[in-house]
Amino acid sequence: MSRRSEIKNQMAERYAFQLRLAAAALFVLVLFGILIARFSWLQVAQHGRYQTLAEQNRISLVPIVPPRGVIYDRNGVVLAHNFSAYTLEITPSKVGSLEDCINRLAKIIDITPKDRRRFKKLMEDTKDFESLPIKTRLNDEEVARFAANSYQFPGVEVKARLFRQYPLGKVASHLIGYIGRINDKDLQDLDDSGDLPNYRGTDHIGKVGVEQSYESDLHGVTGFEEVEIDAGGRAIRTLKRTPPMPGKNLVLSVDIKLQQIAEDAFGDRKGALVAIDPQNGGVLAFVSKPGFDPNLFVDGIDPQSWNDLNTDPDKPLNNRALRGTYPPGSTFKPFMALGALEGNFRSAGTVINDTGVFNFGGHTFRDDKVGGHGAVDMYKSIVVSCDVYYYSLANTMGIDAISRFMGTLDFGSPTGIDIDGEQSGVLPSQEWKRKRFRTPATQKWYAGETVSIGIGQGYNAYTPLQMAHATAAIANSGVMFHPHLVQYIVDGTNGNKTVVEPKPERVLPWKPANIAVVQHAMEGVIKEGTGAKAFAGAGYTAAGKTGTAQVFSLKGGKYSESGTKAHLRDHAWFIAYAPTDHPKIALAVLVENGGWGAAAAAPIARQVLDYYLTGKQPAQAASDVESSDSD
Amino acid sequence: MIKEFLRRFIRPIDPWLLLFTFLVFLLSCIVLYSASNQDMDKISDKFTFLGVALCVMWVLASMPLQVLMRLALPMYVIGVLLLVAVALFGSTSHGAKRWLNIGVTKIQPSELMKLALPLMLAWYFHHFEASLNWKHFIVAAVLMVIPVGLIMKQPDLGTSLLIAAAGFYVLFFAGLSWRLIGLMVLAGGGLAYVVTHWNLCIHILREYQCQRVATMLDPMQDPLGAGYHIIQGTIAIGSGGLLGKGWLNGTQTHLDFIPERTTDFIFAVFGEEFGLIGNIILVLLYLLLIIRGLSIANNAATLFGRLLAGALTLTFFTYAFVNMGMVSGILPVVGVPLPLVSYGGTSMVSLMAAFGILMSVGKDRKLMKA
Repeated sequence: MSRRSEIKNQMAERYAFQLRLAAAALFVLVLFGILIARFSWLQVAQHGRYQTLAEQNRISLVPIVPPRGVIYDRNGVVLAHNFSAYTLEITPSKVGSLEDCINRLAKIIDITPKDRRRFKKLMEDTKDFESLPIKTRLNDEEVARFAANSYQFPGVEVKARLFRQYPLGKVASHLIGYIGRINDKDLQDLDDSGDLPNYRGTDHIGKVGVEQSYESDLHGVTGFEEVEIDAGGRAIRTLKRTPPMPGKNLVLSVDIKLQQIAEDAFGDRKGALVAIDPQNGGVLAFVSKPGFDPNLFVDGIDPQSWNDLNTDPDKPLNNRALRGTYPPGSTFKPFMALGALEGNFRSAGTVINDTGVFNFGGHTFRDDKVGGHGAVDMYKSIVVSCDVYYYSLANTMGIDAISRFMGTLDFGSPTGIDIDGEQSGVLPSQEWKRKRFRTPATQKWYAGETVSIGIGQGYNAYTPLQMAHATAAIANSGVMFHPHLVQYIVDGTNGNKTVVEPKPERVLPWKPANIAVVQHAMEGVIKEGTGAKAFAGAGYTAAGKTGTAQVFSLKGGKYSESGTKAHLRDHAWFIAYAPTDHPKIALAVLVENGGWGAAAAAPIARQVLDYYLTGKQPAQAASDVESSDSD
Repeated sequence: MIKEFLRRFIRPIDPWLLLFTFLVFLLSCIVLYSASNQDMDKISDKFTFLGVALCVMWVLASMPLQVLMRLALPMYVIGVLLLVAVALFGSTSHGAKRWLNIGVTKIQPSELMKLALPLMLAWYFHHFEASLNWKHFIVAAVLMVIPVGLIMKQPDLGTSLLIAAAGFYVLFFAGLSWRLIGLMVLAGGGLAYVVTHWNLCIHILREYQCQRVATMLDPMQDPLGAGYHIIQGTIAIGSGGLLGKGWLNGTQTHLDFIPERTTDFIFAVFGEEFGLIGNIILVLLYLLLIIRGLSIANNAATLFGRLLAGALTLTFFTYAFVNMGMVSGILPVVGVPLPLVSYGGTSMVSLMAAFGILMSVGKDRKLMKA
């Protein structure tokens, strides 16, 4: 290429680039022109309109909070509902001296020291809130009195609000849960999930139980009113209104009458009971004793009550059915037996000679009954609750086979119930021990540890919910559902129902002959075994198993005399299902430090089954049962 | 001696760019004082940012253009590697992975890419100037898609589009066929139409991104959530009228109706208090900056200089246009600050860095002449 044409080429290139620059400049001018046109439209042509919107103190979008869904039991009994009431609310930022303002208010409306303490706590807990209630549920006279004096109280107003109420108080408090005021953490969570806009105007949110886990169904969709407001803060007129969509109602599978009977059966004792319909996984009763009154939390709990609940040694806020983990004791034995049959470790007919002791690795593991039960086969091992049989069985199976089988029944993992905070418990295995402990010596699994696993002691620890869930699996011959408290969700506007758990979660492939052996033995417990006394004269067939779990000596294997200090006394267990031909209910009962399962736990189960299957009220049933012999 | 030193110190600086920058900065201090409810700390912060930004600008301006050319490839490679690192180890905040924790502090590599991509592309075209043909445009497009795709995955749709625009401008100045540009505009417009009108959005973008687009089309659809910004911003600007409500007198501003009013939505405050006249003045100042930038591009000695100066200038324009467009409700809300005006150090420094590069391009020509 000659120098001349190169220069010419460069010139051409230069020219092409300048053309592009001109195009770019045009591009810039056109788009800036569009912007200026837009500004002129907004600021000149539409100025009057926007001026009005801003001048009349702006469009205000007033959220309309949807009514929260109602919670019913399976028979339509209301467990949580709303009522409308007036509250007196203060906007701290608009009030000069808060103290002075409250004192002046107290002259026209009765404000108790408790109200003041509660208000103070609310101020601390919720920083970002505009207005906070100083007094809730005003009566008409108080509203009228305040209205007459409201000009003296800028920043204080009466608002009509919906309140949540739990008509049954303490009954079923752990499963229903409660709502409370939205705190900073809730705000953060709502922001993260993108639900915050829908919570404008809402100041309560589900905190625990079904109220929490079904929050998104119960809350509904916030409507809004586009309102013009004058400088005094009064709404002049509504420009547009989008109605809220009410929250959906919940129908629980829980039978609240059954729940009440179960709770009463505990008396003052601590413990838990979970009853499940084995045919569909619906929870019929879900007890954790002691309970609490959820109504305390609705308006913001006062510090005194909060303190009382938290320092109570019985821990009423602890949901024992969901979060308490206990060694299952002898209630573990039917599951062990089934595991042995399924894994071909021992046949049902194999007879063991129980001399009262089982020696392994220099340790002596003792049976409850001094001298032993003599010749014991699988049926008898469950009926009389023979420990030696299971010491040797556990040893034969080995920890790996045990944990593999128990894992299929959700021991050691969440059952997937529809409320939050479920504990997994501990299903001991070599792997679990490796993770749980730090040093090599403690990480190693010792064969001797397997022995006490066989009778539900050792590291074993499960929730009453897990026990009921596994019992339901036996009752239903291996067809398992996720336990669920809510049967279906009802959309109040169109009546559409959404069933929570329509199909089984899984079907365990047990041999019919094997499950029949275990079911038969559990029936034997009720007919002629450790549960016979508690179930004498029952008008239905039942199957069950008693259990007594040692509280201390978690290392297992060592025999401990019962009758020690109250908080170290054994936990009493009972699992059962009935009727045996087509089970309608499966349950697990735990009485904390209750002593023997047959004496403390089985009678509670009897009352629950009596009511559910025959409608018999416990007043008549209570005196039938006294203590029985050991398990 | 001192005179000589001063001469050397001042020589790389382009007086016009600096003058217009100072004027915009002055306006920004005035409006920030009002937007922050007369918070002098914010003003002094703003001056600190300016000081840092001026240093960065000067360093880049005094740098010979050849040095920048040599830096282009390594910067691009480092930028892409950092983006990959973000995708693998980045920290997540509000559902997006944008930050890389490097022990001492967190960095956002997409910021670096805003300069690194145009530098890289300009260098690339410059390098193959003699034999430039359509294949090079394909390679350039690939070089562009890599960082843009990575940023889109974070997900940060706004930033990825802005960086894509910066890359596209280089291609445009390098002589991308008009026919292709026409096709792309048609295809883009058609796609946007189809997506927004047939509700296909949800299949292509993340949910919150669709939400923003939908909100822009109809703010009243979600007046409590995403639409709130747009409604209140529009009311603020509209109620400002021809002359504005006056400094410190914006009711929308001072009664808390404008969210993020010192940062992304500061233009709403400006529009409310200074009216259409104020807006036009601000747009004119931006226009002067842009004209100066394009004239530097026009006079640049090398292809590298031309492409870089042209692309950086149009990128600057894009930021200004997108921010004012979103606040006044003609574009979806994306997180773009108003150049030189919004409160914030990062954007200030990266803009002034771009100006430094522009100055370096301009100085290069002076030297050639000399």
